[in-house]
Amino acid sequence: MTALTYKATPTIDAMVRPQRVEGITSLIGNTPLVRLGSLERDLHGIELWAKCEFTNPAGSVKDRPALRIIQDALARGDLAGKRLIDSTSGNTGIAYSMVGAALGIPISLVMPENVSEPRKQVTRAFGTELIYSDPMEGSDGAIVLARELFERYPDRYYYPNQYANPSNPLAHYHGTAIEIWQQTQARVTHFVTGIGTSGTVIGTSRRLHELGRAAGRDVRCVAMQPDDGMHGLEGLKHLPSSLVPAIYDPSVLDDTIWMPTDEGWDMAERLAADEGLFVGHSSGANVAAAVRVGAELAAAGERGVVVTILCDRGDRYFTPLEWEKHYVW
Amino acid sequence: MATVRIPTPLRKYTEGKDEVAISGASIRELLDNLDGAYAGIGERIRDGKGDVRRFVNIFVADEDIRFLDGLDTKVEDTDEISIIPAIAGG
Repeated sequence: MTALTYKATPTIDAMVRPQRVEGITSLIGNTPLVRLGSLERDLHGIELWAKCEFTNPAGSVKDRPALRIIQDALARGDLAGKRLIDSTSGNTGIAYSMVGAALGIPISLVMPENVSEPRKQVTRAFGTELIYSDPMEGSDGAIVLARELFERYPDRYYYPNQYANPSNPLAHYHGTAIEIWQQTQARVTHFVTGIGTSGTVIGTSRRLHELGRAAGRDVRCVAMQPDDGMHGLEGLKHLPSSLVPAIYDPSVLDDTIWMPTDEGWDMAERLAADEGLFVGHSSGANVAAAVRVGAELAAAGERGVVVTILCDRGDRYFTPLEWEKHYVW
Repeated sequence: MATVRIPTPLRKYTEGKDEVAISGASIRELLDNLDGAYAGIGERIRDGKGDVRRFVNIFVADEDIRFLDGLDTKVEDTDEISIIPAIAGG
């Protein structure tokens, strides 16, 4: 009889990367860059890479700005004796909740009532107070309500306003952009990503332009927005029909791609099926936009290293099945 | 006539109104009549085949029509119908 013995292969050994940190917030950032090999096959001469922001501890790209916003507020003393209140479509709220719990800061969030149930549950699990705004008014309704609550109770709340807070793009200016530059060995030629608060695209693009210029070349930075105000790309903003975030600075953008919901949703499905990446719709839309940029370059016979963002995982968008919908979640 | 609540991104079709009164015995009829009254709004809600777009959620009172009879869901004059978009931004 032959005994089955475990034999470590070099591949498995290489996957063991012990790491220990002083606290959960130290795990934010330094996300891996993954190559989208299957999608690349249709794009001759193009490398397609995506930043795995879903590996942040609270599961999305929003961990970065939430941490930076809270760190900067603490440094200024803005949070002394106060609760943090902000409006969010979900991911920033989850990130604030995680960082708040870890650093001992009470959090209140204003979200449209139709935010997915998993998001509500995750934020509550961290001890966060949830306040709902009218679902018919969308995320702008949440912004208005958060502002009203802050104005009514200025002694109770600190209102960072992620849409206007410079710490939001700075998190990407000092983090995401540098990581992309290093992970591509300074070869990135194009950066493409969607607009929510615009923090990711503005902060990252601003720094990539600077890094490119210092290296004597241009990095093209392209924003993506839903093609219509009535869209299904949760977390993304159609600026022509919305309150435009104060941090939005179009001077750092070379172009904007207008993305149909279906193209983003189809790409999210394809990423799961062909790349093994089960990500949310906004990530699907980001990759669809990056593929468009890559296809244009390939058609012109040019080469390129195109980088985009995978904002979060697809399981954050699960909705209750028919037989589960009357469960008390 | 039932009351239809219109979300912000569709109010450009309804002269800015957040609620409109529309008749119809089913959601299908009601959406047809809504498009008749406010041209252009229909194609934002339904695709070329007439199905509700997969990212648009229609509620009769608090029930998603996907959990009722879809477009064939019956509508009473006292019902409130809400067209709910996805959540944008941050």
